[in-house]
Amino acid sequence: MRKFSNEQGIVIPLDRANVDTDYIIPKQFLKSIKRTGFGKNLFDEARYLDKGLPDEDCSNRPLNTDFVLNQQRYQGGNILLSRENFGCGSSREHAPWALDDYGIHCIIAPSYADIFFNNCFKNGILPVVLKEEIVEVLFQEVFENEGYELEVDLLAQSITKPDGSVIAFNIEEARKNVLLNGLDDISMTLQHADDINAFETRWQQESPWLFS
Amino acid sequence: MAGKTLYDKIWETHLVKDLGGGTELIYIDLQYIHEVTSPQAFEGLRLSKRKPWRSEANMATPDHNVPTTLSEREQGVEGIVDPVARIQVKSLDANCDEFGINEFTIDDPRHGIVHVIGPEQGRTLPGMTIVCGDSHTSTHGALGALAQGIGTSEVEHVLATQCLQQKKAKNMLIKVNGELSSGVTAKDMVLAIIGEIGTAGGTGYTIEFGGDAIKALSVEGRMTVCNMAIEAGARAGLVAVDDKTIDYVKGRPFAPSGELWDQAVARWHQLHSDDDAVFDKVVELEAADIEPQVSWGTSPEMVVSVNAVVPDPALVENESKRANYQEALKYMDIAPNTPIQEIKLDRVFIGSCTNSRIEDLRAAAAVVKGRKVADNIKEALVVPGSGLVKAQAEQEGLDKIFTEAGLQWREPGCSMCLAMNADQLGEGEHCASTSNRNFEGRQGFGGRTHLVSPAMAAAAAVTGHFIDVRTLSVS
Repeated sequence: MRKFSNEQGIVIPLDRANVDTDYIIPKQFLKSIKRTGFGKNLFDEARYLDKGLPDEDCSNRPLNTDFVLNQQRYQGGNILLSRENFGCGSSREHAPWALDDYGIHCIIAPSYADIFFNNCFKNGILPVVLKEEIVEVLFQEVFENEGYELEVDLLAQSITKPDGSVIAFNIEEARKNVLLNGLDDISMTLQHADDINAFETRWQQESPWLFS
Repeated sequence: MAGKTLYDKIWETHLVKDLGGGTELIYIDLQYIHEVTSPQAFEGLRLSKRKPWRSEANMATPDHNVPTTLSEREQGVEGIVDPVARIQVKSLDANCDEFGINEFTIDDPRHGIVHVIGPEQGRTLPGMTIVCGDSHTSTHGALGALAQGIGTSEVEHVLATQCLQQKKAKNMLIKVNGELSSGVTAKDMVLAIIGEIGTAGGTGYTIEFGGDAIKALSVEGRMTVCNMAIEAGARAGLVAVDDKTIDYVKGRPFAPSGELWDQAVARWHQLHSDDDAVFDKVVELEAADIEPQVSWGTSPEMVVSVNAVVPDPALVENESKRANYQEALKYMDIAPNTPIQEIKLDRVFIGSCTNSRIEDLRAAAAVVKGRKVADNIKEALVVPGSGLVKAQAEQEGLDKIFTEAGLQWREPGCSMCLAMNADQLGEGEHCASTSNRNFEGRQGFGGRTHLVSPAMAAAAAVTGHFIDVRTLSVS
């Protein structure tokens, strides 16, 4: 997995609560058997005016110019700012895959849905949790200042604003470690293979109907 | 020392190792697999040259992408017209072959929606830990199993290790006291619960549903409630095991039998929260207060009684919530204060892992019987949850009741719940749907979903608008 250490760049303000994973990547694109190529369909229904099809060339599709991703000032953005309960609904990991493929490696929001939050860490994406008041201020500053950039430093757990002021954020130590080192969960778990085997032997004795 | 919750008990019996920092390694008894969220997991196994830890602890079926018309289904996997969907279903077949995983293929009479066929086959057993790359895995909690939706990376992780790295969630008890009034169902109950606590109300919790009204539900009704735990933000919902649970499991193809059955039942009787268990949060509702529910917006928490009007955002104090309401009403093209019964409808969908079991179809058929689909309804689909549900319904003559009334009787699958196949809403169309999500575009590009119970969807089909099903005579 790609390591995450530091992300600096333009902030894209998605001013919406309860952004669900259907909204992030609609169902028709889930027919793919790959992990890549979802970026052009990120937020597809909001981003384009027509109905998107899998494997379609999106370069000539009509754009919804009101949508934030289509506004000139946010082009090249790599940090997404949004509202509470981001990533709710379907467990589809295609949502973080689409964000990543578009180039968004960091999200800032007051809260996330559990499955999405968890999926981010499997894909080198950092979902930062900040208090609602702080997120509100960030929205105002992004709207008021074209080219607004933030610098997110995972090791220091800090976000530096254009004026040099710093916002601290919390993250679980284990999750931080996974992102900083790009760790592979499966290899980590397989280091405990003896424990799993021992558990399984005991569990089979206790609950033989689960192994029959 | 305080007693344990049901969630505590299942968690503790499956604890393999404490990994530190609050993360624990949990053993998974069973993984369900479907075609949409598994190809990349199998590919991951191949790339890293890994094998499933215990292939028999997995069960697969294609459900999201499968067509529901008989003409396509008669030809099995080759009948899938959409080439991209066909490749995905074939990939599942090939992956299950390669890795030795039991699959109920598209042409198997027992095929169906994974969350319907798992319990139906007796694969889901009380006290198990279950995962699936699908958020509605919470359904299986109705049988006292800890069942959670996971992402594809975790699907691969469970395939490779039979474990999950996880932090234990907090405990929430939702207690529904008293008795539901006649004509009010498990679906209305869970929609009312989500309306009460909100779509993020259960985030970070495992929800146990309890109280007399939950105890009074059939196991199928409890599945409807647990299915939508995720719509309240909780990865898992649970109901304590009782005699109904054990009766439900008994005699199913994969359920234990003989001595093993007796041994299992003795254990399953312990699968309830202790009287002195402490929950981090308790929410209580009175069943008698719950009326048939209809969602009006683009989030399952945007729900009111069928006898109410659509809320007026101007009266909402919280700024962010007001903006949400405005946005939702704009998408739904509904004016504030519109009576729910005056919302114009175009389509009806009866199906999904929430409401496609035999009880659901019986409830819908009872309303439809002797009536006709209203003129303004362009299409009304009934999609049974499995081949066996379909066969049972046909044996009872329910299919005839539906088709004589003008509803379409389809082959099993997820269908219009997420509209990955051809069953979709047109742009701007309103649908009375027994599914679980009313998100923008969920049932088709620009489609507008209203979540309801099967009886309410049936009533909408025959009257052409939402109506309190309790006011209709039901045969």
